Amino acid sequence: MAIDFLVHEAADGVGVAVVEGLSAGQEITGWVMKEDQTVTIKLLSDIPIGHKVALRDYAVGDTVIKYNTDIGKVVAPIKKGEHLHVHNVKTKRW
Amino acid sequence: MEKKFMGYRRENGRVGIRNHVIILPLDDLSNAACESVANNVKGTMALPHAYGRLQFGEDLELHFRTLIGTGCNPNVAAVIVIGIEPIWTDRIVQGIAKTGKPVAGFAIEKSGDFNTICAASKKAKEFVHYATEQQRVECETSELWVSTKCGESDTTSGIATNPTVGNAYDKLYANGNTILFGETTELTGGEHLVLERCANDQVRKDFQFYFDRYAKVVDDHKTNDLSDSQPTKGNIEGGLTTIEEKALGNIQKIGTKAPVVGALEKAVEPTGPGLWFQDSSSAAAEQVTLCAASGFVVHFFPTGQGNIIGNPILPVIKLCSNPRTLRTMSEHFDVDVSGLLRREINLDQAGDMALDMMLRTANGRHTAAEVLGHREFIMTKLYESA
Repeated sequence: MAIDFLVHEAADGVGVAVVEGLSAGQEITGWVMKEDQTVTIKLLSDIPIGHKVALRDYAVGDTVIKYNTDIGKVVAPIKKGEHLHVHNVKTKRW
Repeated sequence: MEKKFMGYRRENGRVGIRNHVIILPLDDLSNAACESVANNVKGTMALPHAYGRLQFGEDLELHFRTLIGTGCNPNVAAVIVIGIEPIWTDRIVQGIAKTGKPVAGFAIEKSGDFNTICAASKKAKEFVHYATEQQRVECETSELWVSTKCGESDTTSGIATNPTVGNAYDKLYANGNTILFGETTELTGGEHLVLERCANDQVRKDFQFYFDRYAKVVDDHKTNDLSDSQPTKGNIEGGLTTIEEKALGNIQKIGTKAPVVGALEKAVEPTGPGLWFQDSSSAAAEQVTLCAASGFVVHFFPTGQGNIIGNPILPVIKLCSNPRTLRTMSEHFDVDVSGLLRREINLDQAGDMALDMMLRTANGRHTAAEVLGHREFIMTKLYESA
């Protein structure tokens, strides 16, 4: 099965688009690498290749998990299926 | 992995994969003479750089270590050093002479550029004759010192390309190679993972020292959360959001098996096989220049958005898995592991592809960066000159 996005681990709250041209409204298929599972999600945003899609809803102040590790804090609400990037997530360091 | 390859065994026993005769300026104002010599004498290469005057303290020591280490690198057959005055010039010459390789120094004061260029050109010609008679001989693959650094990373780096290097590093560790990583600030958010990999308390303490020292540099000089420079604009375009995310991808390069056996100061050689951390900038050309100055002879450079850096004496092997980058700037890459994203190959196969290219490079294949003339030689400067 063709894969549209990859997830490092099942504990992660984000997936990464690995094909070009993913658009809002599409139902896309992802592979969870560590656990070797397949997941699907309906996109609410366009996701450029390499960019992340939220796999759950987030509120301001939540922690985003990728590689089963903290990668930053949510600064604007994010819905499952939306683009998750610098406009709604910031570093906790520096 | 093949156990043997054909390399250049130097006078001190180290093994190189290139056979350069370099014309090395002590200081910025000797660049012109060095470039003239390199123009006169075919088969030589000048390494111009921006510094060397009125540096002091640890910054000066690093400058000396970097120049001496570059000259000592086994990929270099012989060295001409040119400086404005004889005393510091001789310091570099004496440092390189310890390897036993041919090296000669020339000072411009009391001679001028013309006489210096003439004398240095005559000696450089001798060195080219010497170097071109060196033959490749059979060497152990385990004698290769291998370094790594990623650049213009994106999320595909953390998913596929950096883990490819990590898989290769696991195999090089098992093979007894000397392997290195660095990029101190770019471990921020994953430093606990490096600490967990340190072989003993002393290594943990040393790593923590370098990490905290660099964090203080950031804290002392930052005007914001570094979101304008770390992650870089290219990282952000490629989908990386925070330094933590970038660091967790970066750390994939050290694989899963090798303990970190030591943490090194910049431009200091490791003292045995295994995986070493070296404190360094995360700017590609600075870090790769330090790897070359620390005796490393081949370098893995995974990139996502397409960092095109090379080094004059350290062949840089470019790996990429981002299909857009591979499509739009294909001339820059040596290893395409985009099959990982399509699940056409597994990580073990990708790691073998990297090692196969490493051996082809060691046997003589020029990398994309070498063919394209990328010779970024960038000294790390710690603070202002006096």
